[in-house]
Amino acid sequence: MAEKGLADKVRETQVWKSIFRHGPPNNARNRAAVVAGNVFLHLHPIKLKKSGVQLGYTWCMGGLTFFIFLALTVTGVLLMFYYRPTAEYAFNDIIALKEHVPLGIMREIHRWGAHAMVITVWLHMFRVFMTGSYKPPREFNWGVGVILLVLTLLLSFTGYLLPWDQLAIWAIAVGSNMAKATPFAGHGGPGAMLAQIGDFVMVSDKNDVRFQLLAGRFVGEPALLRFYILHCVFIPLVVGVLIAIHFWRVRKDGGISAPL
Amino acid sequence: MSEDTRKKLNRREFFSYLSVAWVTFTAAAAGLLGMAFRFSYPNVNFEPEMDFIAGRVGDYEEGVDERWKNGYGVWMVKEEGKLFALSNICTHLGCVPTWMPAELKFKCPCHGSGYYTNGINFEGPAPRPLERYKITLTPEGTIKVDKTKIYRYEKGQWDHPDSFLSV
Repeated sequence: MAEKGLADKVRETQVWKSIFRHGPPNNARNRAAVVAGNVFLHLHPIKLKKSGVQLGYTWCMGGLTFFIFLALTVTGVLLMFYYRPTAEYAFNDIIALKEHVPLGIMREIHRWGAHAMVITVWLHMFRVFMTGSYKPPREFNWGVGVILLVLTLLLSFTGYLLPWDQLAIWAIAVGSNMAKATPFAGHGGPGAMLAQIGDFVMVSDKNDVRFQLLAGRFVGEPALLRFYILHCVFIPLVVGVLIAIHFWRVRKDGGISAPL
Repeated sequence: MSEDTRKKLNRREFFSYLSVAWVTFTAAAAGLLGMAFRFSYPNVNFEPEMDFIAGRVGDYEEGVDERWKNGYGVWMVKEEGKLFALSNICTHLGCVPTWMPAELKFKCPCHGSGYYTNGINFEGPAPRPLERYKITLTPEGTIKVDKTKIYRYEKGQWDHPDSFLSV
């Protein structure tokens, strides 16, 4: 009988066995247990088709998008330790993130990562379209993906206001004016003029969807706080749930990229 | 052994209880959603008033006056015997143009729209002239500007008696 290695000795400790219920992954059964018994890996199928991991076919764009999302989450949480979303502090805290903090590159990683994620999401969508991977039974997941695309763009949009410089304020002023044109719900949109009884205007700049978005009639401090919450909490939570659904359905609908 | 006197739930009763439970749950969820929606509209906001007293007619020289621009977003313009309150919101996408005294025009820094002192657009992507606000004299002889009432040139509203003061 061969001498037991250090790895085997570690595997026999109670601590190890309490965490990992399966034996060493040196046979098919244990390798399956590695995936099935792990909360992070269990969305993965136990076995992959060889064609499914061909880089030339998938470009790994979905995986890269998820990787960038994780990187943005980590860097974003770190940035939150220094950033205060108020008119008084926001801009100075952005400067401080570069000049007063070690590894001042953290905000640049977050910013460039955000640009990269928008690009990889589009390329992922392009790949899925070109390979016909939106066809049944994957059509529901295409729909989930479209919502995720919109939420990615909204994350970019809400994050754009947070530096609180001239570019940010006027970009959001211009962008949020689009909400003005929402049919019936925006005070400049079609249908808003119909909702008028005499001099009483039902949909005005004080109660339309743009007011709800900005918490005011123009981009001010309430809008900064609202965009901060949307950017850091609300949209990431929704995205997280939808990512889980998206990955689960990838597996349930026949795995990544393989012809059915 | 004593008999179990508790009434047993039959199938029909179970489903009627169940439907009451579901209706209650749905109503509570809808109510919560409605509360969350209403919650996002504050009752008070700390923005400038929509109307203000803008001094007296005699306070203004011929030309463009910027004293109410930062507080209320209004240029007071006096020309050709008229005094009017010009909005400082660009009609292109909603930025704030800059008054350029040397060139006698309003120039928007976002996309380059330009307006004459009377508010008519002449360059850049702006689709229509700047808006004018309701301007009236109070019984005390002061000027009142009301931003809730808008007069648009392209609708022929600049002839309206409340859109300017004769001076």
